[in-house]
Amino acid sequence: MSVDLDAVRRIAHLARIGVSEAEAPHLQAEINAILKFVDALEAVDVDGVEPMTSVIPMCLPMREDLVTDGEIPAKVLANAPLSEDGFFLVPKVIE
Amino acid sequence: MTTEAANAKLIAGATGDWEVVVGLEIHAQVASRSKLFSGASTVFGGEPNTHVSLVDAAMPGMLPVLNRECVAQAIRTGLALKAKINHRSTFDRKNYFYPDLPQGYQISQYKSPIVGEGEIQVDLSPTYSIKVGIERLHLEQDAGKSLHDQSPTMSFVDLNRSGVALMEIVSKPDMRSADEAKAYVGKLRTILRYVGSCDGDMEKGSLRADINVSVRRPGEPLGTRCEIKNVNSIRFIGQAIEAEARRQIAILEDGGAIDQETRLFDAARGETRSMRSKEEAHDYRYFPDPDLLPLKLDPEWVDALAAYLPELPDAKKARFLADYGLTAYDASVLVADKETADFFEAAINHGDRKRDPKAVANWIMGDLSAHAKIRGAPVADAGVSATQLATLVDLIGEGAISGKIAKDVLSLLLGDEKDADPRAVVEQRGLRQVTDADAIDAAVDAVIAANSEKAEQAKIKPGMVGWFVGQVMKATGGKANPQAVSAALKRKLGV
Amino acid sequence: MTDLTSLTLAEARDRLKSRAVTSVELTRAHLGAIERAKSLNAYVAVTPEKALQMARASDDRLMRGEAGRLEGLPIGVKDLYATEGVHTQACSHILDGFKPTYESTVTANLWRDGAVMLGKLNMDEFAMGSSNETSYYGPVASPWLPSNWSHEKARAALAGDKRGLLSPGGSSGGSSAAVAARLCLAATASDTGGSIRQPAAFTGTVGVKPTYGRCSRWGMVAFASSLDQAGPLARTVRDAAIVLGSMAGPDPKDSTCWPEPVPDYEAAVGRSVRRLRIGVPKEYRLDGMNPEIEALWSRGAEWLRDAGADIVDVSLPNTKHALPAYYIVAPAEASSNLARYDGVRYGLREPSADITDLYEKTRASGFGAEVRRRLMIGTYVLSAGYYDAYYLRAQKIRTLIKRDFERVFADGVDAILTPATPSAAFGIGEKGSDDPVEMYLNDIFTVTVNMAGLPGLVAPAGLSNEGLPLGLQLIGRPFDEETLFSLGEAIEQAAGPMTLPDPWWA
Repeated sequence: MSVDLDAVRRIAHLARIGVSEAEAPHLQAEINAILKFVDALEAVDVDGVEPMTSVIPMCLPMREDLVTDGEIPAKVLANAPLSEDGFFLVPKVIE
Repeated sequence: MTTEAANAKLIAGATGDWEVVVGLEIHAQVASRSKLFSGASTVFGGEPNTHVSLVDAAMPGMLPVLNRECVAQAIRTGLALKAKINHRSTFDRKNYFYPDLPQGYQISQYKSPIVGEGEIQVDLSPTYSIKVGIERLHLEQDAGKSLHDQSPTMSFVDLNRSGVALMEIVSKPDMRSADEAKAYVGKLRTILRYVGSCDGDMEKGSLRADINVSVRRPGEPLGTRCEIKNVNSIRFIGQAIEAEARRQIAILEDGGAIDQETRLFDAARGETRSMRSKEEAHDYRYFPDPDLLPLKLDPEWVDALAAYLPELPDAKKARFLADYGLTAYDASVLVADKETADFFEAAINHGDRKRDPKAVANWIMGDLSAHAKIRGAPVADAGVSATQLATLVDLIGEGAISGKIAKDVLSLLLGDEKDADPRAVVEQRGLRQVTDADAIDAAVDAVIAANSEKAEQAKIKPGMVGWFVGQVMKATGGKANPQAVSAALKRKLGV
Repeated sequence: MTDLTSLTLAEARDRLKSRAVTSVELTRAHLGAIERAKSLNAYVAVTPEKALQMARASDDRLMRGEAGRLEGLPIGVKDLYATEGVHTQACSHILDGFKPTYESTVTANLWRDGAVMLGKLNMDEFAMGSSNETSYYGPVASPWLPSNWSHEKARAALAGDKRGLLSPGGSSGGSSAAVAARLCLAATASDTGGSIRQPAAFTGTVGVKPTYGRCSRWGMVAFASSLDQAGPLARTVRDAAIVLGSMAGPDPKDSTCWPEPVPDYEAAVGRSVRRLRIGVPKEYRLDGMNPEIEALWSRGAEWLRDAGADIVDVSLPNTKHALPAYYIVAPAEASSNLARYDGVRYGLREPSADITDLYEKTRASGFGAEVRRRLMIGTYVLSAGYYDAYYLRAQKIRTLIKRDFERVFADGVDAILTPATPSAAFGIGEKGSDDPVEMYLNDIFTVTVNMAGLPGLVAPAGLSNEGLPLGLQLIGRPFDEETLFSLGEAIEQAAGPMTLPDPWWA
């Protein structure tokens, strides 16, 4: 399997990482090198094998429905690049 | 599977009839104290970013821990929908970027939801019933809120709602009109409120609908559907479906084709419009959340939850019909809200007396509902207790007061005589109906004497008896028994 | 005061208990060594005031006889762990300025037991790398030198771009370099595909990746959730056992954290290894394998036989699929885990016109080249049309890999002995610039262990012909770190003391 430049652009957009036109071909080559490496797995017989869901034999723990957290707006906003009146601010989202 | 309604549901277009096909995806906020995967509060409102834990804010290194009560609520709801409870389900990540989605993914359930297929019986009228299939129910996180109107250049993000538990309930495309869809939502809402898994408050956003609408010529395969997102009132659901159906029919009759797309309902304009930002088909790259193991339900726990389910609306309605001899319509109205139904039964069964269920029903559905609506309160909380209502009905049954006086007493109980015993009110205010024959005769004689000319005319015009009845009632302050007054007048006037 | 930094953690612990030395003295000695070793670039943030404050508090407790398990012992912390109020960036530009308002469970456990924090250690960006060359803060120089290098040459390279100096391994390169250069008594590190064990092998130190779930991941910057695990790097097996004993333990805030209590790992050090069955898997013998590594592996088996263990040949047929499968699963999980680094709530934010611009610009400038590569691969293998062929398939292969181990353990094998790395440490700038896969091959012996969720320990086993350290790896049953500590100590004893390099950098 390998990707073309269109695919590179599409993946970059899905991942929201800006990739310039100049960078795209090199990135394409890198990705294809890795895909070539992992393509070796195509030959493995996985018929009837369940995918790994949990590497240790544990049950999913559940917690009691109690309010034990939150009410820490200062901590939540402490590292915000931009905030105002308790809100996080981002450049306008166009709906 | 539908019972054909008396009215045709088909929409008449310019070139013939069309059938509209509707499916609904309802997002119901789970009634729980804390969030699905964090211990922050789910309380509505509050200052921005206060009901937010570090997990909800997706700080580096944060991890989800599942809230047992949210799982219980999903199971209870599934049982109430007569649905298959999946003892093994998984949580999947739905990956996309949006500022109110701090993790960059929503924890949801994709391939293996906690609840499978079920169904709801929806009664639009005593003769018009449909069964709407449920495809599945799954648990997922709600997102935060972005405000776009606070500033011209910036959007404001509040994560209070981020991480609150939602049940997504997906129906099969079994509805064929806006009315059927509205009725379905109403019934689903009732069921959720009965179970206690969601408060169904659409104004607060506890219940939201995504509507899938397509049209087709009757008998043809399904047409291309469009999804109308985030409609938050039953009225708008109906309007949105009708607007969208009209839009699609117009396009098709013009020879065009429907683009499968996501739309929004513009209530002000009464039409749907395309969502610009959703042009591209989303690739959510679902995969099982590696921070969570598969959820395996203990069958004993599920059985225990089933055992403790309250009586559900359909069962309650059937019981009301059988035990109380109510009409299907009356029973439907009473069971639509669990508190109202409980109030009704408490009123009937108060003390060791049995009183006429129809009478109690009429009071609840009539005067009490009217008063409650003015107060903006539910019937059971309007200000009159079941005991008080029961006593009122008893007083009428005993002949102690007339129906008219009873209405006055009700008003007093809701006002000056709050929490008072209706019997005491009647006694203290001298409202007891006058049934004593001598007293009535005396009153009648007095009125006839004061109106001798009219009395003469009444002999020829029997209709005037009504006027005399009114005069006697006025003279006795409304307390005379109207039937007795009427009989006495007729006798004395010789009518 | 360099004597104090030459102590093992266990020795320092004894001296503190007997009040032969104070924690403040010990801490000052390490702070001094760190200052002199600045150019190695092992630390990205040093916390001298905090360290001394903690040391004073420890001395207080020691005086009152209320010493915790790690009382007064100076430890370095990998930059991956959230340390409250202190630089925590996983050595990435995208977390510029981030100071958590919370403490990771693992480090909280260390401070609970009285340890002293010296500072945050360099690492490959977001733990993605095998040489510490992807760090935003630049590479770390190993205290080990190529055999023909003079100290002058080394110091000159140190002042420049460090090319030619040796890599301490990765992603926990700062941790391994600091431990080997005696800049801390031990360090916390993390391991997703070998990031504790390979650096241990490259620097002649001991590294342990415990069973998945043994340590809590709460407060650790997540890379690949189903593979990440916290663990110690130290100079001796005993030291590693002591530190792991504090790091590990149940945590209700992590749904994948094992709820059982931690055994006494230190007690397992020195326990006899008689009758233990050690498996030697034939699939780890690669074509064209470095003969020194092969010889070391045989020698290791001999040592264990001499110590009374039984050596048996075993087969793990799916071994060769582990590395490619890892390079599907790990990037996939990472692509989702790193979506939160978006410039909205913390870290770097690039000026931008709208929200999409914000995401794309911030993530383009915030992530380095290796991270970007892996996120792209991860996004691709999860995307519509490729999920089944890649991610799902890789997860099935993972089941096969785990089954191989389960079969071997069910046959009565107690632990498996393998090489740790395909070579000794390589030079900074030597690998990976043309082909990213070249760097990935470093993890060939270690990734299987993460894929199966098993515990792995690397102990120094000797020197290469060039005089560089080589390690051996032991893989254990789930939650049987104790057997690994017993075996590790046996190897350590047989190999003889590892002489760590004297400071040439000061």
